[in-house]
Amino acid sequence: MAHQKFAYAPAPESRAVVDLAPSYGLFIDGEFAEAADGRVFKSVSPSTEEVLAEVAHAGEADVDRAVRAARKAFGTWSALPGAERGKYLFRIARILQERSRELAVLETLDNGKPIRETRDVDLPLVAAHFFYYAGWADKLAYAGCGPDPRPLGVAGQVIPWNFPLLMLAWKVAPALAAGNTVVLKPAETTPLSALFFADVCRQAGLPRGVVNILTGYGDAGAALVAHEGVDKVAFTGSTEVGKAIARTVAGSRKKVTLELGGKAANIVFDDAPVDQAVEGIVNGIFFNQGHVCCAGSRLLVQESVQEEVLDALKRRMSTLRVGDPLDKNTDIGAINSAEQLARITALAEAGEAEGAQRWAPRCELPESGYWFAPTLFTGVTQAHRIAREEIFGPVLSVLTFRTPAEAVEKANNTPYGLSAGIWTEKGSRILSMASKLRAGVVWANTFNKFDPTSPFGGYKESGYGREGGRHGLAAYLAEPGESTSGRGEEVGELDR
Amino acid sequence: MTVSERSEGAARLSVFKTYKLYVGGKFPRSESGRVYEVTDSKGGRGGGAWLANAPLASRKDARDAVVAARKAVAGWSGATAYNRGQVLYRVAEMLEGRREQYVREVADAEGLSKAKAAAVVDAAVDRWVWYAGWTDKIAQVVGGANPVAGPYFNLSTPEPTGVVAVLAPQDSSLLGLVSVLAPVIATGNTAVVVAAEHAPLPALSLGEVLATSDVPAGVVNILSGRTAEIAAPLAAHQDVNAIDLTGASPELAAELEAAAADNLKRVRRPSPTEDWTADPGTSRLTAWLETKTVWHPMGV
Repeated sequence: MAHQKFAYAPAPESRAVVDLAPSYGLFIDGEFAEAADGRVFKSVSPSTEEVLAEVAHAGEADVDRAVRAARKAFGTWSALPGAERGKYLFRIARILQERSRELAVLETLDNGKPIRETRDVDLPLVAAHFFYYAGWADKLAYAGCGPDPRPLGVAGQVIPWNFPLLMLAWKVAPALAAGNTVVLKPAETTPLSALFFADVCRQAGLPRGVVNILTGYGDAGAALVAHEGVDKVAFTGSTEVGKAIARTVAGSRKKVTLELGGKAANIVFDDAPVDQAVEGIVNGIFFNQGHVCCAGSRLLVQESVQEEVLDALKRRMSTLRVGDPLDKNTDIGAINSAEQLARITALAEAGEAEGAQRWAPRCELPESGYWFAPTLFTGVTQAHRIAREEIFGPVLSVLTFRTPAEAVEKANNTPYGLSAGIWTEKGSRILSMASKLRAGVVWANTFNKFDPTSPFGGYKESGYGREGGRHGLAAYLAEPGESTSGRGEEVGELDR
Repeated sequence: MTVSERSEGAARLSVFKTYKLYVGGKFPRSESGRVYEVTDSKGGRGGGAWLANAPLASRKDARDAVVAARKAVAGWSGATAYNRGQVLYRVAEMLEGRREQYVREVADAEGLSKAKAAAVVDAAVDRWVWYAGWTDKIAQVVGGANPVAGPYFNLSTPEPTGVVAVLAPQDSSLLGLVSVLAPVIATGNTAVVVAAEHAPLPALSLGEVLATSDVPAGVVNILSGRTAEIAAPLAAHQDVNAIDLTGASPELAAELEAAAADNLKRVRRPSPTEDWTADPGTSRLTAWLETKTVWHPMGV
């Protein structure tokens, strides 16, 4: 057959580079420890359902212990000269680079995302974030947050499973650079890379208690957010949980940043270069199995080029390789958990039930593990659930428009406002569209690009605050005149 | 016109002013038909001499004000920063022209001597001028080019968040009000303001200044009444993007912040140590701004 795919030989990355222990404890005050009540849970590989390791299941007592450890460490850490704090962060960045192959394989095992992405996207960005913020540590007075910028205290950070190590870097690096200490809770399905990061901190000689890692479920995250010893809450995850957090901190002195869901419109105009746009559409929705809050999950294509774009898109989708995430040729890995697979499946079924047309390329999915073929829906209207709700999976909804004004109207017709894409050769149209789209990040003729120097975050119900860049640093510094928990007094009190 | 002035034996009977709300560029009474008695502060709250019957705004008035504010967002946020600065400066000009009126109103509202009230009014005028000058500078101060590691043109710019509900401070009827309102509109947002509950008259008069200062209708909407009553529907309103809780008590603020979580409104909490005479800084400008980052490939 003329159009048959080349048969690729398997090209697996060796997993021998990762030394997994059978069980891991919580990382509190520089040491690994069991949970107070001895509970544990298992982390499985989503591509094989193999149990990778057992990890401690943090409860309220552990949260309390970790927050106290972070408070105790805050006094000395925040009093360190910025240049010294920065040097610790530079050390961490270097060690992350040295161990990037190990960490990439680990992330792929635990998360199910393809090694191509952990190796080429996640890990380089993780190191880059530590490098970037390391350089801020001794330049805080120039960050535009007043002449005497002060850290907030203890940061309670809760991160999701889609980019476990990258989300850790986004949160830990600016927090430490500004002089805060952290208690971080990774997601229950992807706890391992954060525990390996604890080892990176150990190798870097980071003082005890500056970084604490609590593996556990949502209850541990809720206890962390509510803990009175926490001064700053940073959360990335669903809008639903984000709202609950906003309610929890209401009336308190805690500062909050929230990076929540999205339903990004990727807008393709009739003058866009089709092949380039198709690559962007594919990257926008199928990158990381669509487990991306800023994924371009709503394709808005100009009616006059709908057929041409869809034909090219389907052709391109047929070449995507779904399968073993450790294979270097794999484009789309496993869905992160059975629970997430069920949610994606249910929403896709709702799309069909509501009258949209479903299409997926022929592809064989492995028998064990959690898989979902890249899927396209046409004939989608704005009322359909697949056009309104965040699917967080490799499912693209296609809508059409005729005029730029209609594109803006449809793109903004969502409670979310995280990201958007524009594809056109006309510069003035890009600028005009970019200014009208209610979204925190607008990619024009590109999509899903990230950089530590570049602020990222949403409008409306996609959350508040920005991560990355100078803006991301500001989220961990007190405004002039704002009271903070101080470097000494309250610390002693809580410590007793 | 105060009661005392009238009773000082002047032969002429003075003309009272009917204080009204300022919504959508118009001066309606409360749709509820309700008013409440505003007294001067000499006998303590509620115990002083009668000054006026202010409109007691209802939930419906609050919702009407949000509709007006939403309608005004596109035009005001789309205006050039230079134009917004001109309009804000025009407010300062008009305020200055009515200086005597505000000195009287502030003196009555806050129990200040004429001299102290005059200093407050002057500071309020100067604050408008300060914020007028910020409209075309804030983007350069808080935005910028991001040196990303790749061939991309990448720019972050601040944009207004939309409709901001403002609970004006209770302790400073004009300077405090101006200090919380001006940054909201300087950055291109529109505002629904709840005036100080017991001293709403300077705020209601400010509406008259705004109406004649080229501020487009709906950009600022001013309500008077019970702060808690009006604030509740504003905090819960799905078409309000942000809320400034400065004028709320700690208990009310906590309640409103929880309600605001429902659509993730941007919230500014009250500070117990707010000093209206201090250098305002930029935090009240940035509180109502979103940062938008635009990427474009760079190459030939």
